[in-house]
Amino acid sequence: MNVISRGADWDFDLLERYDAAISGVAADFGLDTYPNQVEVITSEQMLDAYASSGLPVGYPHWSYGKEFIRNEQAYRHGMQGLAYEIVINSDPCIAYLMEENTMAMQALVIAHASYGHNAFFKGNHLFRQWTQADAILDYLVFARRYVMECEERHGAEAVEEVLDACHALMQHGVDRYRRPAAATLRAETMRLAEREAHRERQFNDLWRTLPEAPRDAVPRRSRSFPGDPQENILYFVEKHSPKLEPWQRELVRIVRKLAQYFYPQGQTKVMNEGWATFWHYTIMNRLHEQGRVDDAFMLEFLKSHTNVIAQLPFDSRGYGGLNPYALGYAMYSDLRRICEAPDAEDRAWFPDIAGSDWQVTLDFAMRNFKDESFIAQYLSPRLMRRFHLFAIADHDGEDELVVDSIHDERGYRRVRKLLAQQYAMEAQVPDVQVLRFDRDGDRSLTLRHHRHRGRPLTEAANEVVAHLYRLWGFAVRLETQEADGRAGPVVECQV
Amino acid sequence: MVQLIDRRESSRGRSAVNRERFLRRYKAQIQQAVRRMVGERRLADMEQGGEVKVPTKDISEPSFSFGHGGEREFVLPGNREYVAGDRIPRPDGAGGGGGRGRDGGEGDGEDAFVFSLSREEFMQIFFDDLELPHLARTQFGRSEQKRSVRAGFARTGVPANLAIVRTLTQSLARRIALRGSLLRDMQALEARFGAAAAAGQSGQAAAAYAELERIERRRGKLPFIDEPDLRYRNRAWRPEPIARAVMFCLMDVSASMDEDKKDLAKRFFTLLYLFLTRKYGEVDLVFIRHTEDAEEVDEDTFFHDTRSGGTVVYSALDLAETIRAERYAKDWNVYVAQASDGDAFGADPARSARFLRERVLPATRYFTYLELASPQSGDRASSLWAEYERVAEATDNLAMRRADSREQIYPVFRELFRKEVS
Repeated sequence: MNVISRGADWDFDLLERYDAAISGVAADFGLDTYPNQVEVITSEQMLDAYASSGLPVGYPHWSYGKEFIRNEQAYRHGMQGLAYEIVINSDPCIAYLMEENTMAMQALVIAHASYGHNAFFKGNHLFRQWTQADAILDYLVFARRYVMECEERHGAEAVEEVLDACHALMQHGVDRYRRPAAATLRAETMRLAEREAHRERQFNDLWRTLPEAPRDAVPRRSRSFPGDPQENILYFVEKHSPKLEPWQRELVRIVRKLAQYFYPQGQTKVMNEGWATFWHYTIMNRLHEQGRVDDAFMLEFLKSHTNVIAQLPFDSRGYGGLNPYALGYAMYSDLRRICEAPDAEDRAWFPDIAGSDWQVTLDFAMRNFKDESFIAQYLSPRLMRRFHLFAIADHDGEDELVVDSIHDERGYRRVRKLLAQQYAMEAQVPDVQVLRFDRDGDRSLTLRHHRHRGRPLTEAANEVVAHLYRLWGFAVRLETQEADGRAGPVVECQV
Repeated sequence: MVQLIDRRESSRGRSAVNRERFLRRYKAQIQQAVRRMVGERRLADMEQGGEVKVPTKDISEPSFSFGHGGEREFVLPGNREYVAGDRIPRPDGAGGGGGRGRDGGEGDGEDAFVFSLSREEFMQIFFDDLELPHLARTQFGRSEQKRSVRAGFARTGVPANLAIVRTLTQSLARRIALRGSLLRDMQALEARFGAAAAAGQSGQAAAAYAELERIERRRGKLPFIDEPDLRYRNRAWRPEPIARAVMFCLMDVSASMDEDKKDLAKRFFTLLYLFLTRKYGEVDLVFIRHTEDAEEVDEDTFFHDTRSGGTVVYSALDLAETIRAERYAKDWNVYVAQASDGDAFGADPARSARFLRERVLPATRYFTYLELASPQSGDRASSLWAEYERVAEATDNLAMRRADSREQIYPVFRELFRKEVS
């Protein structure tokens, strides 16, 4: 086959032809994607998109302005390049290309975003469970219009106050498990009937003869509400706040929905970026093998690719944490290697996938995991050696840091476990839950922070409680419970 | 099939509104930062926009997050020499051992949020809530200063000015009024007709019936809109009071004013100049500098030329008064700002003060005197200051301040021109 184009220039016709070629290769590999929509924008518009977490439509709020200023400043001073691409989990899947990019870069981005990320959005179980790709754009438009209408009707400041408070609790506005659907009347009636029947079967007149305990011997504790602690604080506020007006409730709901929409992205950073990077690399190489792209194209592509997957060691100046692109890409590539050319170590560590069909294995891995479980399941000793991973223990009582374990025979499992935990939500978001709503008394709300391994909350907790107080309207308490059950410090906010 | 869309032309500046909201919300912090900057700036840069630094903690968005302390482990890449069990001294600062990912980044002293303000934004924040004191808008200017204002409704006018709602209101009122009286007449006639018919007086009944029909017809003919209903929006020309003001800037450039003091003085006048030219279209500026004698100069000379000599304050006041009498005798709000180190000798201070009290102040709305002290001179007041102080006690339109360093200029300036809260 012939080379599609030479040189750096691109036009819309070429974009279409590259897309067709990439799409063909992706189909050969069995990538299942939403339909694609590719939009060409300027760098200025890219900065705009940045500010609103990549969403094409956002409601107005000062924090987005702050984000915009921060990015603009960093970009102007050359401290930060712009991402080549932004992709939105929607159906059709929207990807933005910057007009400044060369043809090779555009092709790379199309492969990365429109096929890599797109397939991940469609396949991964977290996205399937928690986001509705076909509805998100409409919802964003609705949210924006609603917020602006509220501003007109109730004043921008009143709206801002609610949104500020919601943003402070955004991380705690996420469902991690499906709530059970409310039982239908039919099911409920059947359940009651069954229970009655059971009681009849178990009936024994003997129980009647037992002496009854005096009723008021123990004062009955008033039934506490909610029955179980609730981890989704915003949901609880939306449903039960004694003070919120209906429009305020709707604002809480909007923020909560957005938080929920972003939840899978936070949980699958390594997997998602790794998947997209793995596929742009695989697809580009296939195009090169087919002779559709020339060597100049390939060299430019490889330069970008190696930049993307660079991993700095921890003690270098620009170190910014583990690069999710690097780790994710390495893991998928390694998985493929384990399937295609396993050695003895792989057979020992991954007996069930060593030598299996790599496409099936990768597809399974992409669909059924999140970062935490993905790493716990698939990080191989070979990669730990390659990344020179080691774990540091930072314990409050000790003056020095201790090297907990390194990439050696004794440390593999421990390092892998610790790295996986590092990506768990518990390691990123403190465990704060709604404990009690005093419905029949002073209407106060009590939260409980379950303090894990002695890690404290930052000072900002006071402000968050103050924000929550604004939403709740009655006293709000934040109790801390130490790991051993002792009560810790209490933050309180009331009139 | 992919759908390609070119969005380059659409919806630029989507974040402008959010940016503006951010500026508005943190106005207080940004103002503080701007004020700090002004003290540090070079004279020539005074009017530029610039980068503003706001402490990050002032604008942070709170959330529940982990603080330092407790027990944790984290995994890092790039091990070279460590083996399990090695002990490493804690790195300085709160970075938490180089931290992992985001933790480390935030610990590493990202303590100021920096961003650029455009020149316009900068000046706006700079002069926010400042005003010329005692500015009276009483003098009527020349006749071309007129403004078209609404003046109720008129019965005549051009169709374009027809006030439709008003006209319909009129028409409705008229129709209700006329119909009401007709209705009463009809009821009376009906009663008469009924009585006549019952009594068998057919003639009277027929007459009443005919009358009834006539009124019925009249009622049907009531026009929906009639000539007297029409109302037109009316506008009138009203003369506008314009406040014209003149600001005299008097600067001492004598030899005792060393470079530092001149710099302070120029800073003060630069602020004043920027403030006035930006805020008031109708302000005349007169620049006067003096040594032992005074001269009127243009602004460029005033700010950039160097010259020195002895000190006679009186000369400047005298020249200002002469110019005022010549050019600004009537209908002007007169302001005077004077900057000097107060180093006057002999009879000059007393003479100046007397001249100030008797001739200048009565014709002036507000006189500000800025004394530029050297840091060494401490609280010791100059002879001119002492004389002026006596004048100030007797009048309320003389304000005096002292400044001895760059940072004080802006606060002093603000004090002198704070917006009056009415």
